[in-house]
Amino acid sequence: MNIKLNGAHHTVADDASVSTLVSSITGRVLDHKGQAADGGKLGVAVARNSEVVPRSQWSTTTLADGDELELVTAVQGG
Amino acid sequence: MTTASTEIRTDALVIDGVEFGSRLIMGTGGAPSLDGLGAALLASGTELTTVAMRRYSPAEAGSLFQLLVDNDIRVLPNTAGCFTAKDAVMTAELAREALETDWVKLEVIADEHTLLPDAVELVDATEQLVNRGFKVFAYTNDDPVLALRLENLGATAVMPLGSPIGTGLGILNPHNIELIVSRASVPVVLDAGIGTASDAALAMELGCDAVLLATAVTRAQNPVQMGEAFKHAVIAGRLAKRAGRIPRREHALASSAMEGRAEFL
Repeated sequence: MNIKLNGAHHTVADDASVSTLVSSITGRVLDHKGQAADGGKLGVAVARNSEVVPRSQWSTTTLADGDELELVTAVQGG
Repeated sequence: MTTASTEIRTDALVIDGVEFGSRLIMGTGGAPSLDGLGAALLASGTELTTVAMRRYSPAEAGSLFQLLVDNDIRVLPNTAGCFTAKDAVMTAELAREALETDWVKLEVIADEHTLLPDAVELVDATEQLVNRGFKVFAYTNDDPVLALRLENLGATAVMPLGSPIGTGLGILNPHNIELIVSRASVPVVLDAGIGTASDAALAMELGCDAVLLATAVTRAQNPVQMGEAFKHAVIAGRLAKRAGRIPRREHALASSAMEGRAEFL
């Protein structure tokens, strides 16, 4: 199915969750609490249709066709 | 006798129960490279730095956050680029999720030309964020009335500007900064407009609890040297404030006694 990720078209599997999407984009394996399995800090957050999805709900939040997602992280800034 | 170094060690900055040995808060904006930024941050001795929240890009993924984690520097996410309370609240929520901190430097600016805070949106956003459990570091105009309003709404720290962001014009209204400090019971952090070390020393002499700056270091010709200069400037200004300066006088006052002078024919 098709979603929008950070303003661009993106295709994901029909049963994709927020967790699978974050994992595929960041290349990190996530546990069911939305933390990186390697023990490091993931440092990203997700908004789905303008609502923040807490990382504890990433694995249980399935995506729907047409969803608009924002995946953000920390960058340089004053 | 209390020496200066003892004085500095026992004079930690405390914000929201967290102690910092350095009263210099660094922003990370404006640095041309991450390596250079890391070296400047270390030279400055900062223990708290701001970051912005932007769309994830695999090319530059996570490197800044990792740099801060590796160097044990606490992160203070900002809401830079937000023009409305609504956007600022959303950005703060994303930052809390991403960086696992409820601290936020709240910036709600009026327009790109001045980058000055929009007081109405700022007050609205502060109220909403405090209600949502955030520790709000409110970037504000150098307005003593507004600063007190923000504190009364529950801001954890107020951060009046010295002059507009990135101008390097220093502290344009020292009297207002002094007035903000004298009435505040939360930490006051001078934020924005710092150009060089003496500006930071002045902020501390005016009674600010800390100074926040970014481009003054990151865009200096030698960021590492400038970072170190600010480290010393903030310490010097703080010590001078605590030591108590002499009063200003209209006329000269000799420091050598007039009695006992030798007489010459």
